[in-house]
Amino acid sequence: MSEDQVRATLAYFDHAATAPMRREAIEAMRPYLDEQFANPSGSHRFSRAARQVVDEARDDVADVLGCTPGEVVFTSGGTEADNAAVFGAVRRHGGVAVCSAAEHHAVLHCVEHLGGEVVDVDRCGVIDLDKLRATLSAITAHNERTALVSVMAVNNEVGSVTPMRDVARAVRASAPGSILHSDAVQAACWLDLRDIVLVTDVVSFSAHKFGGPKGMGIMVQKAGITLEPLIMGGGQERDRRSGTTNVAGIVATAAALRATVTHRATETTRVASLKKSLVQGITSQLTDVIETVPSSCTVVPGIAHLCIAGVESEALLFLLDEANVCASAASACASGAMEPSHVLRAMGVEPRFAKGALRLSLGHTTTQEDVDRAIEVVVASVQRLRAHRPQ
Amino acid sequence: MKVLVAMSGGVDSSVAAAELRREGHEVVGVTMRLWGGESDTGCCSVSDVDDARRVAQQLRIDHLVFNFSEEFNDAVVAPYVDAHRHGTTPNPCIECNRHLKFDRLSQRARLLGFDAVATGHHARIERQPSGVWRVARGADTAKDQSYVVHMLDQRELAYTLFPVGHLTKAQVRERAEELGLRTAAKPDSQDVCFISKTGGRETFLGHRIPFRRARVLDESGNELGAVDAVELVTIGQRRGLRLPGGSPKQFVLEVDVERGTVVVGDEARLAREEIRVGAAMWSHEPPPLGSTVMVQTSAHGAAHAAVLEEVVSGASSHGSFIVRLREPQRRTAPGQSVVLYDIDNRLVLGGGIAS
Repeated sequence: MSEDQVRATLAYFDHAATAPMRREAIEAMRPYLDEQFANPSGSHRFSRAARQVVDEARDDVADVLGCTPGEVVFTSGGTEADNAAVFGAVRRHGGVAVCSAAEHHAVLHCVEHLGGEVVDVDRCGVIDLDKLRATLSAITAHNERTALVSVMAVNNEVGSVTPMRDVARAVRASAPGSILHSDAVQAACWLDLRDIVLVTDVVSFSAHKFGGPKGMGIMVQKAGITLEPLIMGGGQERDRRSGTTNVAGIVATAAALRATVTHRATETTRVASLKKSLVQGITSQLTDVIETVPSSCTVVPGIAHLCIAGVESEALLFLLDEANVCASAASACASGAMEPSHVLRAMGVEPRFAKGALRLSLGHTTTQEDVDRAIEVVVASVQRLRAHRPQ
Repeated sequence: MKVLVAMSGGVDSSVAAAELRREGHEVVGVTMRLWGGESDTGCCSVSDVDDARRVAQQLRIDHLVFNFSEEFNDAVVAPYVDAHRHGTTPNPCIECNRHLKFDRLSQRARLLGFDAVATGHHARIERQPSGVWRVARGADTAKDQSYVVHMLDQRELAYTLFPVGHLTKAQVRERAEELGLRTAAKPDSQDVCFISKTGGRETFLGHRIPFRRARVLDESGNELGAVDAVELVTIGQRRGLRLPGGSPKQFVLEVDVERGTVVVGDEARLAREEIRVGAAMWSHEPPPLGSTVMVQTSAHGAAHAAVLEEVVSGASSHGSFIVRLREPQRRTAPGQSVVLYDIDNRLVLGGGIAS
């Protein structure tokens, strides 16, 4: 098969890793990679034109997120936005950083690096609010202050949704004056982002998860919230993030976000039904498979996370890959090796299930044919691995 | 055939993959992630994975990474630390071959439908007219690695390929260069991959076990000095004992971790005729008692003629054997692998661990 044929028959179930770019975004960015290449910080008319499209994009993003344009900071991605929030808060205000044990490493490693506190999650993978309150009170009791609390809106591995309003209440009551940050990278396609922005102080987004380009992120930094900038230089983004403005990236990000939000209601329903059929198709044909997040928890439609006893993720992914089904297990490290998931460990998933973790993530290009393919291939692969399991 | 080739990121396994590809096999490369901790020896590092992946891309084969770090820790690192704790001298590279490359990896390969596993070892696998599979020494005698793959049994031998075993190291590098592989001039790995060059064995073990001071005695029991870490002393060792100068060269004859003593004496006192070996593995059947075999007790040491005196069979590496050397040789430190070759010093018959 030629590479094009392979691509045409690929069933892509790795939207949570990255989503295909939306047409609107590609079209929107094209002129700024080509003839409209000006640096918006310049003082000539060519620059002013570029400045205008960036300002318009910022207005557009602010409108979608329910904040003011001045609160939108464009970054190089979700990871930078997370780092800027955690390091920025602690460096500016001093004090302890707090996050949940299921955070993305872009938050977790920063908090650990700063010697902060990590709070347990429940069986859903959502921060335990009682423990959060206890942690915040203990910090106060030790005559310290909480600099920042970071809680993800949607978990990137298992897809569970955190009730951010409840988190905000707990934080405002137990650590008034601290900064509440949310990594909302996996929320963008599925949740009303205004609800998240409304109750928090700083929020991170990543463009390529919602059909924008890689290398683009958004940090919402509410008015009155100060953070030490992570990157200094020419003072772009109102001194909050220096570096030459990525005009094409910003324009495409705004276009992708707008398209995502426009289609969100219908897509959420459509993808939820695809996911249901995917999960049922697999679990009805195989024994010893669990949906990793119990059905009593809220999960976004885009992530189906299963744990399959008696198989190893690496072996399963190899067979799926051979059959042109793109999926994932958990986070991969720099070498590309699968790492045991800190999220599943934090959730207390039994090791015999956690070893067979499989994340199938869906998005705006997923079709029923993809789902049917995935069901067939996953079931056949698991059966094969179980039949040949070494004794 | 569909072959899974273990690619460490070195030149030998790069060329092994290239040879298989040239022979028309369906080849997939895999790099095993084994050591998760600190290392500066280059092995197991992300840059090695990068090298392996880039070579695979150049050869137009798929490349995977398998994370076996948990198994590596359990089967190689933990026993290594434990052996030192008990004052023996382990060979972790052999345990890695035994438990990871030719067990965990080949199991995974079978599960995924591969017909064979290949590595870049300098050794050959031959099928005798009788149908029995044997490991034979590699074509490059200076680089021969049959010693470290001696544990392969009939099942694994029938499933394993050593595509560079018939080449010299120089030929391997030449082929890599012809193909423009980025690993062509990469130096050979020399050290234990999980031990850093800067910290060494002492730092690695020091973080994991408490070192005990030991008295250094002569054979009559007179105290000559002391060492800070009896766990780091090996039989046959001469340096690092901090003995007063001027006296004749003294070699370690005995190490007793429990009593905290190291006995030293003349080199002649290390000479032994008998080697007792546990954890025995035979490539096929043990040779008949009384047969002459060649015995090798270190990775690149010479082999010496000996007679197989006793064989106690036991299930999966629980057996033992005794060989008697024709001429006494320096004592083999407990924990070292002892490998038996046929009388021509070419085919591996089996081996085990000196007790």
